[in-house]
Amino acid sequence: MKFKWPVLSVLFVIATVLAGCDNRLLVLDPKGPQAATQAKDIMLSIGIMSFIVIAVFALLAFMLTKYRASKQPKDYEPPHIEGNAIVEAICVGIPILIVAYLSFVSVQSNYKVEARPEGYGDKEPLVVYASSSNWKWHFSYPEEGIETVNYLYIPTDRPLEFKLYSYGPITSFWIPQLGGQKYAMSDMVTTLHLAADEPGEYMGRNANFSGKGFAENTFDVTAMPQDEFDDWVKEVKKTAKPLTEEKFNDLLEPGHLGKSTYTGTHLDFSPAPEGHHHGSSDESGKSNEHSEHDSMDDMHSEHESMQH
Amino acid sequence: MDFFDRFAIPHASPAIYASMVAIVLTSVAIVAGLTYFKKWGYLWREWLTTVDHKRIGIMYLLSALLMLFRGGVDAIMMRAQLAAPESKLLDAQHYNEIFTTHGVVMILFMAMPFIIGFMNFVVPLQIGARDVAFPRLNAISFWLFFMGAMLFNISFVVGGSPDAGWTSYFPLAGNEFSESVGTNYYMIAIQIAGIGTLMTGINFMTTILKMRAPGMTLMKMPMFTWSSLITNAIIVFAFPVLTVLLAMGTMDRLFGTQFFTTENGGMDMLWANFFWVWGHPEVYILILPAFGIYSQVISTFARRNLYGYKSMVWSMVIISLLSFLVWVHHFFTMGQGALANSIFSITTMAIAVPTGVKIFNWLLTLWKGKIVITTPMLYSMLFIPLFTIGGVTGVMLGMSAADYQYHNTMFLVAHFHMVIIPGVVFAMLAGLTFYWPKMFGFMLNERIGKLTAWIIAISTLVAFMPMFFTGLDGQARRMYTYSEATGFGPLNMISFVGALGLAAGFVLLVYNVYYSTRYASRDISADPWDARTLEWATHTPVPSYNFAVEPQVSSEEPLWDAKKNGHELFKGEYKEIHMPNNSGVPFIMSSIFFVWGFSFVFSLWIPLILATIGIFACMTHRSFEKDHGHHISVKEIEETEEKLRGA
Ligand code: HEM
Ligand SMILES: [Cu+2]
Repeated sequence: MKFKWPVLSVLFVIATVLAGCDNRLLVLDPKGPQAATQAKDIMLSIGIMSFIVIAVFALLAFMLTKYRASKQPKDYEPPHIEGNAIVEAICVGIPILIVAYLSFVSVQSNYKVEARPEGYGDKEPLVVYASSSNWKWHFSYPEEGIETVNYLYIPTDRPLEFKLYSYGPITSFWIPQLGGQKYAMSDMVTTLHLAADEPGEYMGRNANFSGKGFAENTFDVTAMPQDEFDDWVKEVKKTAKPLTEEKFNDLLEPGHLGKSTYTGTHLDFSPAPEGHHHGSSDESGKSNEHSEHDSMDDMHSEHESMQH
Repeated sequence: MDFFDRFAIPHASPAIYASMVAIVLTSVAIVAGLTYFKKWGYLWREWLTTVDHKRIGIMYLLSALLMLFRGGVDAIMMRAQLAAPESKLLDAQHYNEIFTTHGVVMILFMAMPFIIGFMNFVVPLQIGARDVAFPRLNAISFWLFFMGAMLFNISFVVGGSPDAGWTSYFPLAGNEFSESVGTNYYMIAIQIAGIGTLMTGINFMTTILKMRAPGMTLMKMPMFTWSSLITNAIIVFAFPVLTVLLAMGTMDRLFGTQFFTTENGGMDMLWANFFWVWGHPEVYILILPAFGIYSQVISTFARRNLYGYKSMVWSMVIISLLSFLVWVHHFFTMGQGALANSIFSITTMAIAVPTGVKIFNWLLTLWKGKIVITTPMLYSMLFIPLFTIGGVTGVMLGMSAADYQYHNTMFLVAHFHMVIIPGVVFAMLAGLTFYWPKMFGFMLNERIGKLTAWIIAISTLVAFMPMFFTGLDGQARRMYTYSEATGFGPLNMISFVGALGLAAGFVLLVYNVYYSTRYASRDISADPWDARTLEWATHTPVPSYNFAVEPQVSSEEPLWDAKKNGHELFKGEYKEIHMPNNSGVPFIMSSIFFVWGFSFVFSLWIPLILATIGIFACMTHRSFEKDHGHHISVKEIEETEEKLRGA
């Protein structure tokens, strides 16, 4: 019965791992409606798929124990079997039913994650422009007229609408506990709908490989009630320096930076590639000028790290 | 000196210098050995100029094993780097180069030659043919592949390796963000190898459609031949996309076009689309021949005919069509909206249906069988459960909304390794063990073979199962390091142990070859596994003309019929056999292609022009050459057959 081994080792690995991490894998610990939809789909598909895995393992174990040559008379001649319409219809039918059901769920969820999350009354979404540059994130709050680098403050219980684009390679904006990722590209703006239900600190990062500084291309997300968020905005407006075009070009240079905060947004002088398509670009050349730099470490010290 | 600066490695390390020295020493040793043992003539006559499909097949397999070693070393370095948080073994740049070359080498220079090697060795024998339709073209295919692979492999000692991932997405892969010549190597080396593959596709489609033994109708072809036919059809439709894509990428990098740049109307999304329009069919190009091998092996060792032959064929046809309709699942997160994602989500999950049919058919082939567990069968029986895990996680990834969470994470990495390793690599090892006696006239040791299979299977689970969990915990792929606070450490350490296990499995495989070469009995029959199809009906070693008399076929298991039902395979007299001549031109032309590619990578325009002229000269030579092949006389056939029967 050595064929039980694959089964046993799978179970063993799963058991150790689950015991080790207390079931709190980020993606399965959602803090917002979109992540919850996704976690639900994931758990559902794991359930259905385990059924298939178990069925296949069981059938295999059965065949291997029952029809081993060692268990059969020496003169046993296996029959010639062509195939059987009913058996084959079952082999096609059951997978079709499963796939049809999953497709149904998948389509529904697609429309959910691609729309403003429901259940927040008629609250207007907060629009944040999130743009990446090698290897930083810039968050512009056009309504509030402020901008942050490498950290994101958001109000809870309010839909969030992220407008994503990139000054450089394709990146992917991802806050696992609030919802799945979406690409940020240089020639168009993509929209990601999220919302946070609970105040807290979340991990955010670029998930799409974008070169040397990719691993550290992360940002901190803090979700807080609306009034605290409003206080923070006021505070920023009082204390932070304005974001000038010159300053912004500095920020775009390749490297890593700490967090910083500004009044005003770069959208005024370097608008997002919205509406017009791929290329007829107003910021052409900008990223070119700076491609010489590769010492990331000096960059840290060069820029004042204006913590909020 | 400026001229030579370009060949320097932009960020060399002791490991790279050590490799340079090792490469030089090995080359010197090979040249010295060949000279000392006076083997140059043998090498040239028997291998470099051969057009025999069996020898070309064996050269493909050897190259694949060599590249498995190279890709495996890359893999071990990556897993070692990730085994502990904030490890300093590799820096970001090295890690990026290593995972890029790992991906390219494993997919294009390991898995592809492995399957094409088996097609070469097995298909003509299995359909009772004397060779492929265009034997000399076949030699060109091999040598182009080989030169492409070698060109790619020297990148890490001359000029620097590509570092934008095996997917090489623009604009990251453009001049602006990838300044070294690494990505030029990617564009040109894959181009050269890819042209070879495209020619293989045409060659084998023609061979299978036109050269089957009398009586072998399409629906009587053995399953491996069916899988090869379908695979080659996919190659013929998918590879031109790659050819065009790489040409566009080359022009962007070297001639200042703007197909994929961030400015002047360039469109980065175009690269991603084109890449996966080729890339997804490519993964089925790899898996279908593997399925073919499993079908042969399982039916042989269940001692039964394959269950549901017709549904096996139809499921492959459907898979091949669907494989062209799912490419968007590689970037559900690009912002194309709910409708497009829904359509591609459904087509993607639909592929699970024909794949499921195949799994059930294999299980039903075991039913009422008389199962003997040999090494090839053991691989097949380990394949079924492991591949099922890989397959069902594929369905999970096909749920597009959920994929926003899996995409670009270790979950994805776990998925594709759980399909590629049990699916393709196990099949190749099963096939290697299965066909070894036909190729070399002795069997690999069964005890070592089975131990290897178990070690590889268990290590695969240990290496890749943890990644499903770290992926769901937020570990993105292609990160060269992570902080302690993430908590990814322990699981990555387990993966590293698994990777070491896989390496141990590889060492054991090589040891088995050594051990069996020394100790295995040379006294084996032409059909040592008691198999069912034509490749086992001829002698071992297989004579150059394969079959002295053309075999007659009346079912999909002609040899089995001959053994059990008194079917007469070889009717008639010996007749003179017409065979193609050897030729040095494929090797020479492909070597010029190497120079051409190298010049292209470094923008050395004068050598490039000279090499281009050389390539055209080779083709012109072929056009005016009068080569009608040679004839093997009846007397020679009689002598050969006599000797082989006696042996
Ligand atoms: C020794 C066993 C192997 C180990 C330990 C291993 C490990 C890895 C690792 C660590 C990565 C990169 C993860 C990251 O992006 O950070 C990777 C990527 C990859 N592997 Fe493997 N691998 C193995 C065998 C294979 C085989 C046999 C194949 C193909 C036939 C393969 C194909 C790939 C591909 C295509 C990628 C993606 C490369 C990219 O995204 O640029 N691997 N593997
Ligand atoms: Cu795919």
